[in-house]
Amino acid sequence: MIDIGLGHYLTLGAVIFSIGVIGIFLNRKNIIVILMSIELILLAVNINLVAFSIYLGDLAGQVFTLFILTVAAAEAAIGLAIIVVYFRNSGTIRVEEIDKLKG
Amino acid sequence: MIAHAIFFYTFSIIAVVSAIMVTASKNTVHSVFFLILDFISISCLFIMIGAEFLGMIMLIVYVGAVAVLFLFVVMMLNVAQQKNQWFAGQQSSKHIPVGLIISTLIFFEIIIVIGGWKYKPEIFDINNSISQTSISNTHSLGQILYTDYIHVFQISGMILLVAMVGAIVLTFRQRSGVKRQSYIKQISRERAEGVEVLEVQSNKGVKIDD
Repeated sequence: MIDIGLGHYLTLGAVIFSIGVIGIFLNRKNIIVILMSIELILLAVNINLVAFSIYLGDLAGQVFTLFILTVAAAEAAIGLAIIVVYFRNSGTIRVEEIDKLKG
Repeated sequence: MIAHAIFFYTFSIIAVVSAIMVTASKNTVHSVFFLILDFISISCLFIMIGAEFLGMIMLIVYVGAVAVLFLFVVMMLNVAQQKNQWFAGQQSSKHIPVGLIISTLIFFEIIIVIGGWKYKPEIFDINNSISQTSISNTHSLGQILYTDYIHVFQISGMILLVAMVGAIVLTFRQRSGVKRQSYIKQISRERAEGVEVLEVQSNKGVKIDD
């Protein structure tokens, strides 16, 4: 317990990943919280990559964490723009009222 | 080593609790604040483990840009008073067991993979770690990023450009009723359409139609 190793960081990543999945499934409020859950999932992936990169002594994991950061920022910007446009058109972003595609 | 353990457990408990609060809090603004707390504690973990450049970049990118973007959108869309109802509604009751089952399945799958992992003993050899080398983390990351990964780096810049253009194109709208200056109309104005010479009769005005 005291000796912090690779497994501790991987477990933390697993916990945060699962919380992100729970947030996607259980959310009834609005899409913004779903986007935040996706950010949590990407954060868990980053934790895994950085932990492996440090413990294996290989810097490639940190480089790819940088790219994941980039893609996450781009995804947040595009997703929030889509949400703004949808709210402007339909007046709501509640999850259960978004059923235009009849999915 | 004991300090390492204390800091790890402190920051990870803060991170997990704030991640739970992101999904469970009633107010969307509070969710954004807990997301910021989550990012800050995870970046403290990164700095502690030895990836200080990524920790700082995460503070700048996530807390400084992405979370503020979320806050802007939450406050602009006026959804703060739409309360969270994922415990109350009738429709939500069938989502909760499915979501819990799937996420616990995913969690235990990852835990089984982690627990069954056989680590090579030289992984934990401290001399092998990159934090022991003389050059700093940022320096070595820059050396590898601009040489081996230069094409991927350029492509990520293109992704950011495309995202910026896409966000502007999506949210741009032409408002009607706004008077704008049109340079080409101003420059291409001729004398014939601006000035008209009239024969004005006495005791009668000029009728202007426009």
